[in-house]
Amino acid sequence: MSAIQVRGLRKSYHDVAAVDGVDLDIRHGEVFALLGPNGAGKTTTVEILEGHRGRDAGEVSVLGTDPGSASRSWRGRIGIVLQTANDAAELTVRESVRHYAGYYADPAPVDDVIEQVGLSAKAGARVKSLSGGQRRRLDVALGVIGRPELVFLDEPTTGFDPEARRQFWELIRNLARTGTTILLTTHYLDEAEALADRVAVIAGGRIVAEGTPATLGGRSTAKATVSWTTPDGPRSTLTDTPTALIAELSRGGELAELTVTRPSLEDAYLDLIGETT
Amino acid sequence: MTTATLPSTAAVGLARGGIELRQFFRQKDQVIFTFTFPAFILILLGSIFDQTYPTGISVGQVFTASMIGAGIVSTSFVNLGTGVALDREDGTLKRLRGTPMPPTSYFVGKIVLVAVASVAEVVLLFAVGAVMFDVSLPTEAGRWFTFAWVFVLAVISCALLGIAISGIARSAQSAGAVTQLPFIALLFMSGVYIPVGDLPDWMLQLGSLFPIKWAAQGFRSVFLPDSMMVQEAAGSWEHGTTALMLGAWCVIGLVLCLATFRWTNRRG
Repeated sequence: MSAIQVRGLRKSYHDVAAVDGVDLDIRHGEVFALLGPNGAGKTTTVEILEGHRGRDAGEVSVLGTDPGSASRSWRGRIGIVLQTANDAAELTVRESVRHYAGYYADPAPVDDVIEQVGLSAKAGARVKSLSGGQRRRLDVALGVIGRPELVFLDEPTTGFDPEARRQFWELIRNLARTGTTILLTTHYLDEAEALADRVAVIAGGRIVAEGTPATLGGRSTAKATVSWTTPDGPRSTLTDTPTALIAELSRGGELAELTVTRPSLEDAYLDLIGETT
Repeated sequence: MTTATLPSTAAVGLARGGIELRQFFRQKDQVIFTFTFPAFILILLGSIFDQTYPTGISVGQVFTASMIGAGIVSTSFVNLGTGVALDREDGTLKRLRGTPMPPTSYFVGKIVLVAVASVAEVVLLFAVGAVMFDVSLPTEAGRWFTFAWVFVLAVISCALLGIAISGIARSAQSAGAVTQLPFIALLFMSGVYIPVGDLPDWMLQLGSLFPIKWAAQGFRSVFLPDSMMVQEAAGSWEHGTTALMLGAWCVIGLVLCLATFRWTNRRG
C-alpha cells in the first residue's frame, strides 16, 4: 500500500486545466519531490492531497483515505508545513508548539520537538522576533508535533540564505530518518537532488518525468562530455565511453584540466519542461 | 498504532480561548483601539458636555451607560471583524484547517475572547463612569437581569456580525476600515455620542435598524433611573423591542456567517 496514490487527477479553474491527468505513487518512508515551474500545478496538486481543495476528477488515496472526505483522525496522521504563514506573532515559540500539541491524540514532547528543529535557545522568544529561517523551523515544529506519518512541505526554503538552507536540509533529513514520508514541492533543483529519493517533474498540469534525481530525464545514460586543455587550447568530446577515451588520451601523459561531465539535473529539468538551455 | 483519542471539541476550544486572550492582550494596538478607545471617548465627551438633566442625572452618566453598549460592540464586532480577517490573512486559519482541530473549537475560542474582553470592557467603562461621573451599580435584581440579557444578546449578535463582515473585507488592512466605518457612523446615529433627542428623525430611524442603538438603550435602562425614560425617542425603555431587535440580529448574523465564512483569502 502506497502512502499516496493518485490516478487521473484533474482540476480546472474557469475551464483552464491546472492539473490535467496526474498519476503519482509515493511509498511509505520515501522523500518525494515534486518539481516544476510556477503555475505548473504543484500547489494545486498538493492542496488536493492535503484536503484543502476539491478535485474535478480522479482517484486520490492519502494514507488509505480520500482527502476530500477526511476525518479528524486522518488530519492527525498528516502534517502540513505552511509556506507563507505569519501567524501567532505574539506567542512564544514554546506556547505556540505546546498549543498545537493539544490538538493531537499522541503528540511528541514539546521541548523535544523544539530541540529537534534547533530552536531551544529561542523557546521563550516571541514568534515575531524570529528570523525568516527560524520562522520556517517553527513551521516544521508545528507540522510534526502530532507525530505525523506523512509531512507536506510546500517550497520550504524559498527566500533562505545558503547557510540556512543547508541547516534546513539537515532537519528534513533527520525527519526522513525517523521513517516519516515526506512530499516536498520545490523549484530548487539542488534541493530536490539533496533531499529526495525520487523526483517527479510536473509541467502544464501533467507529470512529464519521474525517477531518482540521478536518472531523471535519462541523465545517467546520456553521453558524457570529456574536456581537457592542450597547448593549442581547450578540447572537448562528447562520448558514450569516457573511461576508454581518457585511457587512450592519458597515454601521452598527464591531461591538463581534465573533467568528465554529464547533463546536470538542471539540464535534464529544463529539457523536460521545454525550455532551451 | 496508538489508541489514544483526540481531545474533545470543548477542551480544544477552551485552549484556543486561552491562546486568543494572550494574543489579544499582547497586541498593544488592538488593546488601544478596540479596548481603551471607548474609555477615552467617554472621558472626553463626559468632560466636554458638563450639563445636568432636570432629573438630576448628568450627561456624563448617560454617556457612561451608552458607552458601555458601544464598548461591547467594539470588543465583539470590531474585534472579530479585524481579528478574523487577520487570522485569514496571516495563515492562522489555513494552518488550523490542516490540523485535527474541530472547526467549532475555533469559534469557541473566539467566543471566550469576546466574552472576557467584553466583561473587562464593561468593568473599565463602569470604573471610568464611577470615578468621573458618580455612576453607581444597580441595586435591583430586575436591572441586573436586564443587564445580563442585553449583554448576552448584544455580544452574540455583534460577534456574529463581526465574523461575517471579516469575510467581506478583502484583506486584514481593509478590514479595519470596513468595520470601523459602520461602527463610528452608528455611534453618532444611535444616540451614543449625541443624545437621541438631538438627532434628526431620519437618522435615528436609520440607527434604530442596527444593534448599537438597542444595546446602548438597554444599558441606559440598567444604569439610569426610570425618570430618564422620557429622554428616549419612544418615551420608554422598550425592553420588548430591544430583545426582539438584538435577537433578530443574532439570527441574521448567524446566517451571514454561514454564508460568507472562508478559511482563506483566495476563492476556490
